[in-house]
Amino acid sequence: MKRYVRQTVLKEFGLAAQEKLSKAKVLVIGVGGLGIPVLQYLNAMGVGTLGLVEADTIDITNLQRQVLYTEAEVGASKLATAIQKLKAQNSTTLFKQYNTFLTKENVLDIVSGFDVVVDASDNFATRYLVNDACVILNKPFVSGAIQGFEGQLSVFNYKGGPTYRCLFPNMPSANEIPNCNDNGVLGVVPGIIGNLQALETVKLLTGIGEVLSGELLLFNGLQQTYNKIKFTSVKENLERTVLEDSYGDNGCSLGSSIDIQDFKKIVNTDASFQLVDVRTIEEYNTYHIPNSTHIPLTELGFHHSKIEKETTVYVICQSGKRSKMAQNRLEENNISVINVEGGINAYRSLETV
Amino acid sequence: MKVLLFGVTKDIIGSSILDVSNFTTNTEKTVGDLHTYLQEEYPELKKLSSLAIAVNSAYAEHNITLKDTDEVALIPPVSGG
Repeated sequence: MKRYVRQTVLKEFGLAAQEKLSKAKVLVIGVGGLGIPVLQYLNAMGVGTLGLVEADTIDITNLQRQVLYTEAEVGASKLATAIQKLKAQNSTTLFKQYNTFLTKENVLDIVSGFDVVVDASDNFATRYLVNDACVILNKPFVSGAIQGFEGQLSVFNYKGGPTYRCLFPNMPSANEIPNCNDNGVLGVVPGIIGNLQALETVKLLTGIGEVLSGELLLFNGLQQTYNKIKFTSVKENLERTVLEDSYGDNGCSLGSSIDIQDFKKIVNTDASFQLVDVRTIEEYNTYHIPNSTHIPLTELGFHHSKIEKETTVYVICQSGKRSKMAQNRLEENNISVINVEGGINAYRSLETV
Repeated sequence: MKVLLFGVTKDIIGSSILDVSNFTTNTEKTVGDLHTYLQEEYPELKKLSSLAIAVNSAYAEHNITLKDTDEVALIPPVSGG
C-alpha cells in the first residue's frame, strides 16, 4: 500500500477510503477527451476494477485533447491502446473491456456489473441511454460534458437525488446543439471537466466531502468562472423501469447507413454510385474522396437537382453527424440516400491501418 | 435584470451576459414571459427544445415570478466528450 501513502496519510481519507477504492467497480463510458483523465486518475489512485466502453479508433484530430494517445497510434483502437497504457500505469487494477458503442440492447448487461458509472460520452443519445439505464439499475452516475470553452458537471441518481432528465427532460434533436467534432472544443477543457469527474467519483466511492448531487456545475474557461445551479428531483423520473423504445440517431433511426469498411469496398470496385460530400469548401479542399460531388450542408436545399436520384447515393461529412442531418433533410423531400458512418475521419483511418 | 448565457445560447445572442433592463417594470412577469420575450428577440432560441432556466442559481419553472434584481441563466445541455 506504500504507493498510495500520499493520500492515505490524509486524515479525512486514510486507509479506510483506500480500501473502499480498491473494492470499487467503476464503468467509464467513452475513452476520449473526458474518459482519458477519468481513467488515468482513478487507475493511479487505486480503484480496483475499471470498465471501459469504446469502439472508436484514434484520429489525428483527437490528439489535441485525448492526451493518452500518440501520433504513432493514429488509426489504432482506442480501447486496446488505452488498456495497454493503463496496465503499465497500475498492474493491480482489473480491467473489463467492452469493444462496442453503448446500445439499448447491451446497456443494462454492461452497467449492472458496476457500482458507479462515469458518463464521458460525446452524444445525447448515449447520455439519455446512460441516465435511463442507471435509474433502472439504481446506480449513481458522474456526468461530464463539454462544448467550446465550457463544461458541465453533476452527479445524477445519487441516493434518491435528481437525474439528468430532471434537468433536461427531453433529448434535443440532432441539429439543435452543436457537437465537438463539428464545432470545436479547446483541448484543455475536457481535461478540466474529466479531472473533476474523477474527483466526484472518488468522493462518491469513499464518502469524503460532499458529492455534487442536485447541483449542476457550469465551467467557463474564458472567464474562469464556476457557477453552480441547484435543481431538484422530479418524482416520475426516478420511477423509470424500462428503457425508451428508441434513442434517436445513435444507430437506431430510420435512414439507412453503411459502415466504413463496407463503403471502402464499394469505392474500390467500379460500382456505379454518387458520393455527396456535405462539408465546407475548406474541408473539401483539404481532402476529399475522388469523384465526389461537393454540396455544403448549408446549401443542400438549393441543389437537389445535383443529386442523381436514379443511382445509389451516399452522403459523407467529417464525422458522420452532418451527413446524418443531410440524410434527414433529403428524406423529408423524398430523396433517399445512405449515410456513410464515421465520415472522412473513419475513411482516412483505414488508410493508416 | 441580468441574464447569463451558456453554450449555444451565448452564440445565438452574441454575448455571455444580456441586460434586460426594465423587463419587470410596472407589470408582473414570469420566467415563461422572459423566455417568450427572448425567443421573439432571438428567433434562433426557438429551436432549443431542451433548455433549463435558473433564477438566482436555482432551477426555475416557467410560472416563477421575476424581480428586476434577479439573475437569470439560460442553460442548454451540451454533449461533447
